[in-house]
Amino acid sequence: MANVTKEAAHSGYDQPYYVPEQSKCPVWASFGLALFVFGMGNLLNDLKADSSTTFSTLLTLAGFGVLATTLFNWFSAQIRENHMGLPGPQLKRSYVLSMYWFIFSEVMFFAAFFGALFYVRQWVIPWLGGEGDKGVSNMLWPNFEASWPVISNPDSSVFSNPGESMAWPGFGGALSYLPLWNTIILLTSSFTVHIAHTALKNNKRQQLILWLGLTVLLGIVFLFLQIEEYAHAYSELGLTLNSGIYGSTFFLLTGFHGFHVTLGTFMLAVMWFRALKGHFKPEDHFGFEAASWYWHFVDVVWVCLFLFVYIF
Amino acid sequence: MATGHDDHHHGPAKGITRWLYTTNHKDIGSMYLWFSFAMFLLGGTFALVIRAELFQPGLQFVDPNFFNQMTTMHGLVMVFGAVMPAFVGLANWMIPLMIGAPDMALPRMNNWSFWILPFAFALLASTLFMEAGAPNFGWTFYAPLSTTYAPSTVTFFIFAIHIMGASSIMGAINIIATIQNLRAPGMTYMKMPLFVWTWLITAYLLIAVMPVLAGVVTMMLFDIHFGTSFFNAAGGGDPVLFQHVFWFFGHPEVYIMILPAFGVISEIVPTFSRKKLFGYDSMVYATSSIAFLSFIVWAHHMFTTGMPLAGELFFMYATMLIAVPTGVKVFNWVTTMFKGSITFETPMLFAIAFVVLFTCGGFTGLMLSIAPADFQYHDTYFVVAHFHYVLVPGAVFSIMAAVYYWLPKWTGNMYDENLGRLHFWLSFIGINILFFPQHFLGLAGMPRRIPDYALQFADFNMISSIGAFIFGFSQLLFLFIVIKTVKGGKKATAEVWEGSHGLEWTVPSPAPYHTFSTPPVVK
Repeated sequence: MANVTKEAAHSGYDQPYYVPEQSKCPVWASFGLALFVFGMGNLLNDLKADSSTTFSTLLTLAGFGVLATTLFNWFSAQIRENHMGLPGPQLKRSYVLSMYWFIFSEVMFFAAFFGALFYVRQWVIPWLGGEGDKGVSNMLWPNFEASWPVISNPDSSVFSNPGESMAWPGFGGALSYLPLWNTIILLTSSFTVHIAHTALKNNKRQQLILWLGLTVLLGIVFLFLQIEEYAHAYSELGLTLNSGIYGSTFFLLTGFHGFHVTLGTFMLAVMWFRALKGHFKPEDHFGFEAASWYWHFVDVVWVCLFLFVYIF
Repeated sequence: MATGHDDHHHGPAKGITRWLYTTNHKDIGSMYLWFSFAMFLLGGTFALVIRAELFQPGLQFVDPNFFNQMTTMHGLVMVFGAVMPAFVGLANWMIPLMIGAPDMALPRMNNWSFWILPFAFALLASTLFMEAGAPNFGWTFYAPLSTTYAPSTVTFFIFAIHIMGASSIMGAINIIATIQNLRAPGMTYMKMPLFVWTWLITAYLLIAVMPVLAGVVTMMLFDIHFGTSFFNAAGGGDPVLFQHVFWFFGHPEVYIMILPAFGVISEIVPTFSRKKLFGYDSMVYATSSIAFLSFIVWAHHMFTTGMPLAGELFFMYATMLIAVPTGVKVFNWVTTMFKGSITFETPMLFAIAFVVLFTCGGFTGLMLSIAPADFQYHDTYFVVAHFHYVLVPGAVFSIMAAVYYWLPKWTGNMYDENLGRLHFWLSFIGINILFFPQHFLGLAGMPRRIPDYALQFADFNMISSIGAFIFGFSQLLFLFIVIKTVKGGKKATAEVWEGSHGLEWTVPSPAPYHTFSTPPVVK
């Protein structure tokens, strides 16, 4: 619809609605995604079979490259078209709605892992320990005693026992408890991104750049501490992916959260560079808003993690 | 009223790039439908391998491991490749036309959702040619069959599920955003056609449970490759945990495959009865109730896993409740037909068959919901008969009904009514010969997913296989009819059907490449 004028696209219901031009991006993104997962599948199978990973690594990287390049071009096109004023208010409402629903889908993704954690803690471990309705399962490993965190696995010849858990050390050790610091950092970053948003709405660009930059920094610090924590768990606590259900749930939940923080930090960093380039208007900055909603979402997930994975 | 502005648009692009780069909901809808039909034939071929092997007792054609690959791939391809994409294709074509929107809300993402699918299924199908063979653990991929004892190709299966899940989520987000945001002025929620309503709720279900499926395959991936113990009791995990998470996805999934079918039937029955749909409001509330209940009944698939008694009872009664809103729907369809001046064109034949045969499938579902009875039926052919009755004369018949119903709108030509009816009767008779005897096999104790069986099951299996080949080959007639209609035929009017009503019948047939670029006003 190249012949739709800017005025027409903006005036809402009575004029032609803006339908975006054809784009090469979707089909390339599909190809990149498929190549990436095909490479990943080969890579994982090669690793498991102890065979050469050269080819599969190349496939994975090529797939990732195609996907990343395509997404970069796709987002650039969207931004360019937005600067040309092509999308009308209705399309912008569609963006907002779809971001809400996307975040809801992410909530459900984490819900699956939290559900698994609750099920294991509420039923599986007590049953294996001989308590409750299905306590008869204790006959599999009669020496297993139910407790959470599980420090001694039912069969520790298959799954090595973790030496220690990440549980709350009590108020005495609170100051040296890394997850507490991470909680403070992430909660603070939710406030800083909100301040940045307010500054943007008031058209105060310097403040926007300052507070958004601070948010990105906090995200990076969080990730750094998370890596520190993992290194500590692996090298000193003996807590690994292979150390039974406690390690499994711990690393899967915190790991996927960390992956989402990485994505969120990346998104905010992109927004920071865009802000430097003078993008965004006080009344039109969906890209920024979407990234900040996403950031608040990963923050909320962290609070749940802190409560149910670390504290209780 | 909506076509006066076509001078604003150019037509479709030329050549292959029209399809590769398109942002047009009609193009994307057509691609979804053709893809789905290709998958229907592929999954059907797998089914015929199964039925050929089961024609007689003993091992004839395939070895047991390959047989298991066939049952697995048949289920996966039919569920994720045939039924779901067909409904998304119908949604793409019809929702914008039904709500007076110019296109889907996010046209480029729409194209991405589609194009992921051919790649995902190429990945999945490629496992058939790999040394380790295709996945062989059943479409429900229970751990530890799919983890500890799985062929190495399970990794590709997991990633294929991941990306087709991403496709479904994007498709569902697009559909919800379209319905929420692009309805023509005056089209309030309670004026939306039921097909749109059922899709709104289906899209919500998709967004809620596809991520859970992604979660469960991710846990599998970690158990297989990274040494975790989610589904291994030796590390404090539990294989039954797999089933809980899987069926939390899986049960809403079966409604994802049937709610849009309800919508289709609710469009077709009034048209050919020449009456308004009876009980529109109650249809909306019934659909919502079914969607809600779908989240709290998952463990009825797991009655024999040794759940605590309280769990057995809760899931039994919650499951039985589903019969209430479903009964409301069947009642409304029948009451719509009551005293109507009915004609029996092909879409209506499929729709009536749907109402009757889906209800049969519903009743066997009710039988299965009774926990103590399920101990007997579990994992027998009775279950196979049950879910094929709701999926084939249910979901698949509704898709065929929808294709006959809207094909004149899409192509501008009427299909050949005599051939359509022939296709219907062959399918209807084939399907009942195919699946009805399976009830008896199951009640007599024949387990599902086995390549060989005891002699007393021989006769019914032979009858069932004959039905399978009748039904399977009849679908080539369907393909022929569709191609014939695309190529030519009697010209269709804008209304197409005498009793049709709704915005999609106000645009010419075939529907122009761009419709409703200025929204119509709905009174």
